This record gives sequence, C-alpha cells and structure tokens, in this order.
Amino acid sequence: MFSRDNWDEILEALSANWFRTILTAFGVLWGIFILVILLAAGKGLENGVKQGFGGMATNSMFMWTQVTSKPYKGLPKGRRYNFKIDDVAAIKREVPNMRFVSPRNQLGGFGGGNNVVRGLNTGAFNVYGDYPEIIQQEPMDITSGRFLNYSDINDKRKVAVIGDGVRTVLYKQGEEVLGTYIKINGVNFMVIGTYKKKGNNGNSEENQKQIYVPFTAFSQAFNQGNNVGWMAITAQDGSSITELKGEVLDVIKSRHSIHPEDDRAVGNFDLYEEYNKINGLFVALKSVAYFVGILVLLSGIIGISNIMLIVVKERTNEIGVRRALGATPWAIRGQILMESIFLTIISGMAGIVLATGVIALVNQALSGMDTSEMMFLNPSVDLGVVMVALGILVISGLLAGLIPAQNAIKVKPVDALRTE
Amino acid sequence: MIEIKDLHKSYKTGNNSLHVLKGINFNVAEGELVSIMGSSGSGKSTLLNILGMLDEADSGTYTLDGVPIKNLNEKIAARYRNKFLGFIFQSFNLINYKTALDNVALPLYYQGMKRKERIERAMAYLDKVGLSPWAQHHPNELSGGQKQRVAIARALASDPKVLLADEPTGALDTKTSYEVMDLIQKINEEGRTILIVTHEHDIAEMTKRIVNLKDGVIIDDKKVDQVKALQYV
Repeated sequence: MFSRDNWDEILEALSANWFRTILTAFGVLWGIFILVILLAAGKGLENGVKQGFGGMATNSMFMWTQVTSKPYKGLPKGRRYNFKIDDVAAIKREVPNMRFVSPRNQLGGFGGGNNVVRGLNTGAFNVYGDYPEIIQQEPMDITSGRFLNYSDINDKRKVAVIGDGVRTVLYKQGEEVLGTYIKINGVNFMVIGTYKKKGNNGNSEENQKQIYVPFTAFSQAFNQGNNVGWMAITAQDGSSITELKGEVLDVIKSRHSIHPEDDRAVGNFDLYEEYNKINGLFVALKSVAYFVGILVLLSGIIGISNIMLIVVKERTNEIGVRRALGATPWAIRGQILMESIFLTIISGMAGIVLATGVIALVNQALSGMDTSEMMFLNPSVDLGVVMVALGILVISGLLAGLIPAQNAIKVKPVDALRTE
Repeated sequence: MIEIKDLHKSYKTGNNSLHVLKGINFNVAEGELVSIMGSSGSGKSTLLNILGMLDEADSGTYTLDGVPIKNLNEKIAARYRNKFLGFIFQSFNLINYKTALDNVALPLYYQGMKRKERIERAMAYLDKVGLSPWAQHHPNELSGGQKQRVAIARALASDPKVLLADEPTGALDTKTSYEVMDLIQKINEEGRTILIVTHEHDIAEMTKRIVNLKDGVIIDDKKVDQVKALQYV
C-alpha cells in the first residue's frame, strides 16, 4: 500500500497541476490552523485564569460561625457560638476522606488599625494563627528561612513567618530579617521566615501583607482559649468536598446544638464549586473551539472533495486507460483515496506547523511580559490534541475521497475510454 | 485463440433498443492478423470492446485462449485484460504526465512487478519500437507516430495473447500509418495474434484476413494476400 510506486503515482498526479493542488490544500490548512489556534487560545485563557487560584488546593471549603437562625433544644435563635479546637478532631474522626482540616484564628483584617510594631515602623497586617498544613492549602514560596512546623505548635513558640509586603514596611531594604523581633498587639514574635504568594485574584498586594504564627502560640498570646475562628478544609483527591460538605456541617451542628435544618448558622464557601464552575466554562469554551474549528475544517474538506470530483472527471479517460491496462477497481479507488488523504494530511500538517509557529511567537512575546495580571498564560496545545487533529484529518481525507473514488469506477471502462 | 458463438449485443437508449450485434460467429487462430471492417454503426467497435472485456455481451459465448469469458466481475475482468490483452487506441490514450517509459511500464505496475524489473522490461519494449532515446520524454513531446509506437510498446509490455487495435492509424497521416502498420506486421510475424478494427481499405489489405461487418452481422470473411507495409515506407 505504501510502496514507492504508490507514492510516485500520487505525487505525479498531484504535481500535474501544482497551482490547483496548493489552492485546494489551503482550505484544509486554514481549517486546522483555526482549530489549533482556537484551542490554544482557550488553553491560554484557562491557564491564565487558573493561575489566579495560585495553586491553591481547589478541593477545599472554608467555614466560619454565624448567628443561629432557628431555636433548638431550648436555645433561642440569634445565638452566637464558637468553633472549638475539639471540633477539628471530631471532623477528622467522623467525616471520611478528609485531607486537611485546618483551624485558623485571625487578627486584623480589612481596614484594621495598626497592630504590628518594629522599632519606629508600624503597620496594619492580617495575623493568622495556623497549623503547618496551611502551606499546602494556600501555597506560598518561602523566600528565606522556613515555614511553621509542629515543634512550633507543640512548644507554642512565638515565631512568625512574614510576607514580602510586611518586610518592605517594617524593614529597610537589604536588612536581615530572620531572627529579628516584631511586636504583634504588644507581644514579641521572632521572625523565622519570609514568603511570597502567587495568584492574581485581585488582592495579590494584600496577600503579601500577612503574618503566620503557630496556632497554639496565637491562642495563648491573644487569649483565644479553645476558640477557633474559622476552618480551611480540604478533601482528599478523588472525593469532592462539595459532596462531603453536608457531613462536615452536620458534625458541627450536632456538636453546637444547632437545629439540623438551620442553614445560616454555619457560614461556608465552597472553593471547589467555584472552581468547577470555571472548569465548566472552559469545557464549554473548548467545545466551541472544536465546533468552530471542525466546521471550518469541514469546508476545507468539502473543497478537497470537490476538487477530487473535478480531477476524477478530468481523468475519466486516464482511468479508462488504466482499467483497460488491468487496473482493478480497488486500485483506482485506492489511488483516488490515497491522493485525497495525502493531500489532506500534508495540508493539515502544514496548518498545524503554521499554528504552532504562531503560538510559539505569541509565547515568546508573552514571556517578555509580567503575565501574573494578564489572565492569559502559555497558550498551547498538547500532543493529544494534535493527534486528535491528525485523526480528524485522516478520516476527513478518507471521506473527501470516498465519493470521487466511487465516481471514478462508476463509469464503465468502455465509456471512460470514449471520453476525450 | 478466440472463439465466438452467436454473440448478441443491444444498447438501450430510453425506450428504444438498438440491436448492434446480431449473432456473430467468429474464430481467430493463434498468430493471425485480422482486420475487422465495416462502416460506422456496423458494430465493429462494439465487437472489439466485447473482445477486450471492456463491455459484456447479452448472449452468446466467448472463449479466449481456452478460458470462457462470462459473468466477470470487474476485478477478474481487470486481471484478464492485464494478462490476455493489449490495447492500441486511435487516440493513443497515453497518460500525459508520465514519461514514455512509465507509460509502457504501467501494465506491469498493475501486475505487481517490482520497479526495477518493470523498468527494464519497459525499456526493452521501447527499444523494440525504436524509441529508447525518447524514454524520458512526455507524450506531448512526441509526434503522433511516436505516440502510437509507445502505445504499441505498452500493449506488448504485459506479453498478452492478443493485441486489439481500434483504428490504430485513424489519427495518423498515410506515411506514418504505413510505418505503424509495418511495426504491427513485424510483431505479427513474431507469432502474436492481432485484431485491427479499421475502415481504411489500404490498412485492411496489410492484414492476412479481412472480416466485413454490416448491420451487426458478418457478411464476408476472407483471407487475403498480405501487402507488406515496408514497401511504402
């Protein structure tokens, strides 16, 4: 099937009319070009938006206390309550497939007053009491020193990891940070590390102005007792937090005598659901890209089919001669099909090469810029998509050649020979 | 070599049925050079097409070299055409984008012969018709006579039992016609069976037997004294 003679036949036939061959090929080239570019642009947008999640563990939810809205077990509505440190263990025990359940406490907040002092410098920062796992739920790059660890938790060490933003406010440029002390609400903490966070969800500036201290030290230093401000909960890969959310809430409700149908008592935010919505958006975007791309490709294929019909018509006499000389119907059919597939694949490859070239140029242009705020990053198509495109090409080449090939052998040899 | 018994063929055009061949009985022995004559519409081309398996008869039997030719599907017909028959056409029917050599090699390609062997054989046949210097030329660079010689070489390439020529000199001037006939006579003298359809008497006189067709029946079938084409060249 793929002998040199076959190739010679195909190349001879196609090169018999170069200009027409190239014009025909252009239709398919354009189609596959559009398809690849659309997919790459979609991927670029997806990469850009997902960058906004800053590598956060997306299978996560956040949970905080609100005011009860239903009376229950003799307790009135409008009651305030606090999560307790025991709730964390209870959730881990009673809800399966939990990866992290991180209790968190917080000082300061949006518009809060100055709460951190170092020498003459003061600043208003968010101060979190956290467990070491938080770095896996809210990834950050440790730029110097280290992050919190369990020794800090167990010994209730008054140590702090500060953001880049904090450092620029409290320290001179180039000043040694590690081992120095900062005063948070009047309590001294030793700085053991600095971090820088990724992500661009609108408050990247704010994200760098945070201070992390051990949860236990935080509770003790700022008189939180056993209270937990809020929790960041991540489910294990493979099980969705959205499905486990109900169970988590039930555990909390039963432990705090909240009416089981009180939906307002426990505030929560499901990051996974949001993430899935965005994911859904990109699936839709991808379908549109495929839809449009394949339709454009289809018009190219119809072009090829059309030209092949004309070619067959033109070569009716030649086909008659070939059959008189002993070509079987399948030899004729095969040749027309091979020509069509060959033309489709070559032009498709050219389209893919052209498109990847354009993508490479765009990538090069992007690499010179700071893309963290651009919602567009690294447009690309993976090899799988290229393979799919090639598959589509082979099939479409086959389809494009089918009718012309059938036409070619429909004419009886004697009639074909009579055509001049 | 060829045995035909009571061959009938009619064409349907709309509601009319045109009875072209009305019972042909006809035998050709091996090594004969036969010309089939007749005015246009006499059915001579139809007969040739049936002999060439390009068309099928409605009734009657056709045996070629002991093989009954009937109910052929296209695949088998293609194989038989390749194996048994060589065609020479009035309009040469060379493939324009192939060189003379590749044109001659085409029947061998469909036999599945290896490229090298194929080219060698094709070259030998081109040499036989005196065109080896033109092997790499395309048909549009050749004269009419040269084209017909290439076509003859192509017909010979698969070493067929029978050569079928449909007005082989129809598109050539007298001198070139005689040259081509000379070539055909030489090939016949080597023992090959050749059938020529023509309506030119001088061409028919150069064969060994003339079959006259009129309105679908053979009216005359006689051996003639062959006129050598060489004397006119």
